Amino acid sequence: MTSASKSATSKQTDREPTEIEALLPFHAAGTLNLRDARRVDEALASDPDLARQYAVIQDEYAETILLNESLGAPSSRAMQKLFAAIDAEPARKGASFNPVMRIAGFFSSLSPRTLAFAGVASALLVLLQAGVIGTVLVKDRKGGNFQTAAFPAQSTSGTFGLLRFTPDAKADEITQLLNTYNASIVSGPKAGMFRVQFGDKALSKEDAAQLMTRLQAEKIVSLVVSAD
Amino acid sequence: MSATHATSDEVLIGRIAQGDRLAMQVLYGRHHVRVFRFSLRLVRNESIAEDLISEVFLDVWRQAGKFEGRSAVSTWLLAITRFKALSALRKRKDAELDDEAAAAIEDTSDNPEVSVAKKDTSNALRNCLTALSPEHREIVDLVYYHEKSVEEVAEIVGIPENTVKTRLFYARKKLAELLKAAGIERGWP
Repeated sequence: MTSASKSATSKQTDREPTEIEALLPFHAAGTLNLRDARRVDEALASDPDLARQYAVIQDEYAETILLNESLGAPSSRAMQKLFAAIDAEPARKGASFNPVMRIAGFFSSLSPRTLAFAGVASALLVLLQAGVIGTVLVKDRKGGNFQTAAFPAQSTSGTFGLLRFTPDAKADEITQLLNTYNASIVSGPKAGMFRVQFGDKALSKEDAAQLMTRLQAEKIVSLVVSAD
Repeated sequence: MSATHATSDEVLIGRIAQGDRLAMQVLYGRHHVRVFRFSLRLVRNESIAEDLISEVFLDVWRQAGKFEGRSAVSTWLLAITRFKALSALRKRKDAELDDEAAAAIEDTSDNPEVSVAKKDTSNALRNCLTALSPEHREIVDLVYYHEKSVEEVAEIVGIPENTVKTRLFYARKKLAELLKAAGIERGWP
């Protein structure tokens, strides 16, 4: 019997979690390393009790996100207070222990002659690389059209929401709903929720709340909340 | 948080260490909502949580030069927030805290019993998440909402990694008990 099986069959209330059981919440949040994630997946596939527990955890995960998203955002007072305090701080002397600054410091400490040699060597290396890349590209483009696989850049403005569709929602119904609301799915699903952008400008709090109410009334929407 | 994002954050910290206000604005814009929500869940008072944001980012302004990049910037921010929130809590009297905590639970939405009457498991679950102890709330939030790994939570809270796992297990157990008391049996585990 695996440790996971032992955990799932045990009915003791005051007990320590088994190793796999303790990893389940982190698996739901996607923060496990590859090795642990694989171990959990294998245990879930072979242990129905553990899988049931995982389903409960996924609900907790989704509701924790919704709870936090419902807390709203701070007022601009916090930012004003911060920058007033920063203005009152003494001027910086420029000393820094940051690694990035250390590297910058290292280069600035080199003599002009050393820097010049390093510069020439770098330029030659770049030219050599450009030649190799150019050769490979010319070779690969024989008769073919080059096409980028990148998506258009996502707009950061707009009104956002977290949306869960009903399990029986059909693809064409989802497409129609997105068209009706001038919406697009930005990311997800994560714990069954999609992050959706509505339009390209941010609505007022009241308008956004009205939009969420209208969406919530849609047949294929199981749950929707405003998001930042 | 993506690796690209984390790298950009580190560059911002480097610029902040040099006194770059614009970098500070960008970092603030990127993280202040999560910092606010984390502190609000700990102190349960919007005004105090807002004050904490400026204190946290002022610390970042002052300490940016000492940031060594051993952890993600967001992890560093949450660790500072936690420290500041606990200090703020300690300054308040226990009785005052209890009253406010009770008020916060009631104000947020319906209590668990009412939610059950509405047959709304989702609401009841959220109310029970709110009713957890501060220690349990923070571990649940850090893992589920802030999506921090075992190692990162250990660093933020200042406890061993195994304690992170067992504390979350017991937080979930408490959640199941609260739901059961509200009439929702989900089985444990």
